[in-house]
Amino acid sequence: MRIPLSWLREYAQVPAEATAEDVMADLVKVGLEEEDVHRPTDELSGPIVVGQVLSLEKEVASNGKTINWCQVRVVPEGAEQTLTGKGIDPSGVQGIVCGAHNFVEGDKVVVTLPGAVLPGDFKISPRKTYGHTSAGMIASSRELGIGDDHDGIIVLSNYGLDPELGTDVFELFGLNDQAAEINVTPDRGYCFSIRGVAREYALATGTSFTDPATTVAVSEASEAGHDVVLADQAPIYGVPGCTRFVTREVTGINPSLPTPRWMASRLQLAGMRSISLPVDISNYVMLELGAPLHFYDADKLNGAITVRRAEAGEKLTTLDEKERELSVEDLLITDESGALGIAGVMGGASTEVSETTSRVLIEAAHFDAVSIGRSRRRHKLPSEASKRFERGVDPQIMQIAAQRAVNLLVELAGGTETTQITDVGAQPAPTQIQLPAGFASALIGVDYTDEQTVASLEGIGASVEQNSTGFLVTAPSWRPDLAIKEDLVEEVARVVGYDKIPATLPVAPPGRGLTRAQSQRRRVLQGLADAGLTEVLTYPFVSELQNNTFGAAQAGTTVKAISLANPISKEFRFLRTSLLPGLLDTARRNIGRGFRDLALYEGGLVFLPGEQLGSTVLPPLGAKPSDEVLAELFNGVPNQPWHLAAVLTGHEASASAGFAPRAWDWADALDAAQSVAGILGVQLEVAQGSHQGFHPGRAAQLSVAGEVIGYAGELHPQLLKDWDLPARTVAMELNAAALMEAAPAVVVAEHLSTQPLATQDVALVVDQDVVAGDVLAALREGAGELLEDIALFDVYQGKGIEEGKKSLAFGLRFRATDRTLTADEASEARAAAVAVATEKFGATQR
Amino acid sequence: MSDQTTGQAPDGESNVPHPTDEAGIQAAVEAALAAIEAAGDLNELKEARLAHTGEKSALSLANRQIGKLDKSEKAVAGKLVGSARGRVNKALAARTTVLEEAEAARILIEETVDVTAAARRRSVGARHPLSVLQDRVADIFVGMGWEIAEGPEVESEWFNFDALNFKPDHPAREMQDTFFIEPADAHLVLRTHTSPVQVRSMLEREVPVYVLCPGRTFRTDELDATHTPVFHQFEGLAVDKGLTMADLRGTLEHFARQMFGEEAQIRLRPAYFPFTEPSAELDIWHPGAKGGPRWIEWGGCGMVNPNVLRAAGIDPEEYSGFAFGMGIERTLMFRNDVPDMHDMIEGDVRFSQHFGMEI
Repeated sequence: MRIPLSWLREYAQVPAEATAEDVMADLVKVGLEEEDVHRPTDELSGPIVVGQVLSLEKEVASNGKTINWCQVRVVPEGAEQTLTGKGIDPSGVQGIVCGAHNFVEGDKVVVTLPGAVLPGDFKISPRKTYGHTSAGMIASSRELGIGDDHDGIIVLSNYGLDPELGTDVFELFGLNDQAAEINVTPDRGYCFSIRGVAREYALATGTSFTDPATTVAVSEASEAGHDVVLADQAPIYGVPGCTRFVTREVTGINPSLPTPRWMASRLQLAGMRSISLPVDISNYVMLELGAPLHFYDADKLNGAITVRRAEAGEKLTTLDEKERELSVEDLLITDESGALGIAGVMGGASTEVSETTSRVLIEAAHFDAVSIGRSRRRHKLPSEASKRFERGVDPQIMQIAAQRAVNLLVELAGGTETTQITDVGAQPAPTQIQLPAGFASALIGVDYTDEQTVASLEGIGASVEQNSTGFLVTAPSWRPDLAIKEDLVEEVARVVGYDKIPATLPVAPPGRGLTRAQSQRRRVLQGLADAGLTEVLTYPFVSELQNNTFGAAQAGTTVKAISLANPISKEFRFLRTSLLPGLLDTARRNIGRGFRDLALYEGGLVFLPGEQLGSTVLPPLGAKPSDEVLAELFNGVPNQPWHLAAVLTGHEASASAGFAPRAWDWADALDAAQSVAGILGVQLEVAQGSHQGFHPGRAAQLSVAGEVIGYAGELHPQLLKDWDLPARTVAMELNAAALMEAAPAVVVAEHLSTQPLATQDVALVVDQDVVAGDVLAALREGAGELLEDIALFDVYQGKGIEEGKKSLAFGLRFRATDRTLTADEASEARAAAVAVATEKFGATQR
Repeated sequence: MSDQTTGQAPDGESNVPHPTDEAGIQAAVEAALAAIEAAGDLNELKEARLAHTGEKSALSLANRQIGKLDKSEKAVAGKLVGSARGRVNKALAARTTVLEEAEAARILIEETVDVTAAARRRSVGARHPLSVLQDRVADIFVGMGWEIAEGPEVESEWFNFDALNFKPDHPAREMQDTFFIEPADAHLVLRTHTSPVQVRSMLEREVPVYVLCPGRTFRTDELDATHTPVFHQFEGLAVDKGLTMADLRGTLEHFARQMFGEEAQIRLRPAYFPFTEPSAELDIWHPGAKGGPRWIEWGGCGMVNPNVLRAAGIDPEEYSGFAFGMGIERTLMFRNDVPDMHDMIEGDVRFSQHFGMEI
């Protein structure tokens, strides 16, 4: 909401020297947030004065254009020019070339003299043009930045003005005014008016305030006005769409009279265009009193007005000349010919006030916020009216607002007031709230006196009655947001000032620190960073193909995924079931920026819908749902486990003189997964894997206690081509939540033996397709308790090894807890280990 | 005559002094000492040692002759030759030490490298600053005895809105620019704020409740310099007997000082949120802000609306609570002077690596 200060000053005690910034600094204390400042003089500076065209010679220039060579007097007849400066003629008469033709000799016009600056940093100075020295400009409203009039220059008589020559145009046009723009929260609809903001300004500054509603004397009704029937056949939530409907009629207006400058300038400063006098008057009243009005050309109305919901299939052409299909929820203003407008949102074209209108029917009505909001959303028609109705309009302002419009139509448009007044609908009962004594102090932590409480509440317009247990507060009609005692506490606190609230530090009960899962997550995230990987955070929006590729091991599987009803991009409307699409995308972006050696990782949720997706129950607010309903809500929320994934491409470091870095390979991806498991103290089971996203021969399937929890290895070459990523890019992804759960609650210490070590090596020949991990596991199983550790140290194929076989060499470390092992004991254990490997895989010793 | 200066081994017995020939022995010693002193490196010293203490050296040969002498001469000769050999060996040892030290020093100098030409052998890893900041915030509250609570990102509409006192059709509900999950009657959304964790926390715990809920949130904004559809927030909630707005201010002030230093100041401005009453906007005084010190909008807060307590089965007549919420991206933007949202969300490795593990 933009507040022209001149307007605010009519009703509040704003110091003459106060700027828009000063006013905003005061308003912010009561909760109206500072947004912007609008000040025509920031873009416009003088001298700009009233001049009179003494003579006007039409000349056809060499380019075929006809121009006017004008002599313009810019000081009163007989007076001397007091302005000085280059190009300002001491005689008081300026020679000016003007290209517009909408004026004649004798017209009073706006002259921008040399030295003036117009919007767009357009500096006025004498310049040679069309064979003359043009010392100034005769201005149009567009050039001054005060309108978008295309009809040429400003002729002051068209505005009903006849000022003295030399008059300062800034004063004349209200250009010295400025507006404070504030942000109004959704609960404070009344602040979309000068009336509301003036009251808040008075509260913020402790000064007095005149309610503009009290300055309007409503005429007595002589008889009933236009017939109006409120017939809402389908109220929403049981609330009738229209609760009050007032009409007034003004006859004999001249709709083509100009809007006075003061009004046009205020409207413009408030952010609205000046359109025509009747429209401007209706907007002016809305801005001043917060009540959106609608004007009808009364001669175009057909019989009684009925306010009702639209019928199925009903259509309406709105003011913007669009034909709209109406919903049965749309509240309409209709007459006997059909729909005239969508109530409170937009009027129809058929009864619009035009340049031929003589009789105006004024509608001042109160519409239900929900109904208006739905129509506005449905038709995508945000308007100044709907904005106010959605936030609540004062239901008691209707007669006053209509009268204010009547008065202005009489005063400015030459109309005649009639006193046939229609006022249908119920007067809503005022809201009464009991505020217990001491409650505000207890909730805020400030000892408010009774006087402060009463003064604050009366300041917002409430009436307060002190009773035995506190205060009985009647909320003002324009504050539908006040419903519970806490609402009143906020009013007291903000009027006295939030800055009066002290700081005390509450003591929480002894804490438990991070949960196990929280500290586990931190450790693995930190661990991967310590290992040289860089954490990134990616969006969870993926395509169906991406989910199907990475979300399931088996090619051709369709992954069950959640989709968004209103995605940013239709293609990427699914929520991720894997972190890898996001990481690959990020890798590609980095490579595009010249970073080819990358090790990226991310921890985040993936979205795995189960049997039940959501729940149709939507319990009411303000009450705890039953256990059954809560269970239903919880069950409807899909499983969202925390995953961890990494992508490595290029080399482990950048190449440099004397240093050739190693290229990342499949084992590095596996290693990253192993580090995560290691940090958590969980043993990962590694097996040859098969996953459509990975190279068929270079993927490890990772399990914990027999349950598959992830994959690691080289990505599939075709996939890398499709993604335009370097060959041999490797990746891993883990269901880290499952891994974390598998971690031991208490790690039992290993009892260290200081007895001497006995080492034994063994080389086993097995079939080529037997994997080392299985042989190692067999050896471990066979070696028994004396085995401390075992490692694969060589894989050999070639001379001396039969075709189709390979030799695997293992180092075994034996140690007893209580004695030095003899060579025989170690050899026996080794033999036992080999025996198991032989039994399982036909391994022979080399 | 032997060539004393070159340390050449004397050849033939003719140069060997008699073991009682004091002058001759002295001459041999001086020849040896001169040769040792003249040795410029360990090789030359080795030659000098062989020439003057080796088997064929004058002193060794003289020594060997002692056995053949009369008893009366033996003692004199033994003493004379022994002392002579002692002097030579001592000089040898001293010279060895000197030359070894020189040699070691020379090797060290030869091994000099250009340290500025070194390669980075390991790539340096980094946490994302948003994660680090999230941890930092959590640590401050854990230090105050609060717990860290979490909730799902795909959330039931009831928890995201209704339980937080957003009436159906309230403009505030639309203000949130919600991502809805298909189908609409599943009543699921991508949570628009971390506030649903408030109600979950209250349902899961016994009062008093002191929880901080950090997490990822979603709104249908297009990505630009100051907006992103996916962002992070943290939400604080305290529910206890007798909590006041002064407690809220005290908590926020303490937190602000931990985050921004002891000189940090906060300001509360009246505001509106469906889930708090009274409500406030929280501003922080930023002395280092670009364009001069000023108040910066940091988040929203207020006293928990009684309807929110009721939704969690807590009696608002018995308990009161306060809540606050801030954006993590926004905090990072003005705390660490990040000019553009793109840098935080695009995953450019330079962004994280510049921060390392710190913020």
